[in-house]
Amino acid sequence: MKKWQCVVCGFVYEEALGMPEEGIAAGTRWEDIPEGWNCPDCGVAKSDFEMVEI
Amino acid sequence: MDEPIVIVGGGLAGYQSAKEIRRLDGQVPICLISSDGADFYSKPMLSNAFASGKTPDSLILKRASEMASEIGIEVIHERKVDAIHPESREISTGEGRMGYSKLVLALGADPIRLPVEGEMYSVNDLLDYRKFRQALAGKRRIAILGAGLIGCEFANDLLSAGFEVDVFDIASQPLGRLVPPECGEWIMKRMKGVGWHFNASVTRFEEGRVHLADGSSHAADVLLSAVGLVPRTKLALDAGLACGRGIRVNEFLQTSVGDIHAIGDCMEFEGMVLPFVMPIMHASKALASNILGKEMKLAFPPMPVVVKTPLAPTVVCPPKPGLDGAWHTEGGEEGMKSLFLGEEGKMLGFCLCGKAVSEKNALARTLG
Repeated sequence: MKKWQCVVCGFVYEEALGMPEEGIAAGTRWEDIPEGWNCPDCGVAKSDFEMVEI
Repeated sequence: MDEPIVIVGGGLAGYQSAKEIRRLDGQVPICLISSDGADFYSKPMLSNAFASGKTPDSLILKRASEMASEIGIEVIHERKVDAIHPESREISTGEGRMGYSKLVLALGADPIRLPVEGEMYSVNDLLDYRKFRQALAGKRRIAILGAGLIGCEFANDLLSAGFEVDVFDIASQPLGRLVPPECGEWIMKRMKGVGWHFNASVTRFEEGRVHLADGSSHAADVLLSAVGLVPRTKLALDAGLACGRGIRVNEFLQTSVGDIHAIGDCMEFEGMVLPFVMPIMHASKALASNILGKEMKLAFPPMPVVVKTPLAPTVVCPPKPGLDGAWHTEGGEEGMKSLFLGEEGKMLGFCLCGKAVSEKNALARTLG
């Protein structure tokens, strides 16, 4: 499972953890998150995230 | 040919405005002018770069030239704008005058400097950060002036990088303007590796010691000032634009002068200055729409601020200025939950620490 980081604020989305409180189940892959999704911390669009190597 | 939409400022507010305008209109010429190199970097990461293993160079996400071709705009960097001439829709730069159809001021803010004698660093952009990191080389004890958001974030980051950190503030708790005392205390305890000095007024820094007004002094190698920002308004004031603390805009992001808009840290809206990322994300959408002739009112949803202090995770959504109410706090070692309640128990703001931060989005929805 990969980690993705918001390039603007540094928020990290971990696929393994998901965001259950946001209705995104643990294990949800990045590509399966809707395109209209925004960074929960700063509001930047999904297209402005980048992948962090782990 | 039509004059371009001119954006002054190469930070997040400037680039985000350019992106949103371009998203709505693929053709309109856009020119962004920046006094610095206009490389695009993550500003919030300046205060947690050590923890994320970033250097000043690796914080740069894209060079100005890449940004220009990616968004489809012209970027002029290292050029200062000296004056605005609203009557002829022109700006003056060192290279002469330049016309605009619409002007966007995304000028940013300057760090407030307190009258403290001695060498003091402050970090509000990548260049500042580069200088600060150079100053840290071979040093061990860092004193931070200011226990607000940025002061706390730097304290956490420097501590995690192995520095000894002392924080000084005239207030009596960390994040004094944002959170209730119980939460401040919780943060202090969690960040117990930091030497906290409250009700402390720093007067000078010399020969490796920070001196306080009460006569005491503390050893330090470098002094970092983090006592807040003041919006850059001079260019606007000189051109006759209405300014308060920042450049005043209405709900359409218009300043008091026609065809001139403002956004980001330099902007004042409904008496508020909001030097955060999320307001820029919302404001840039409304700005773009209004500039292209389609009215769209700026309406901010609740915008919780995530304090980047991994030792003491904290989220705060302060009540709007002037609202009556009181903090109601519960919690313990694991976390704190504090709600700012107004008349009839209506929630107007909140502060969450530790485990409770997971309730952020649910509470934000309740507020909105």
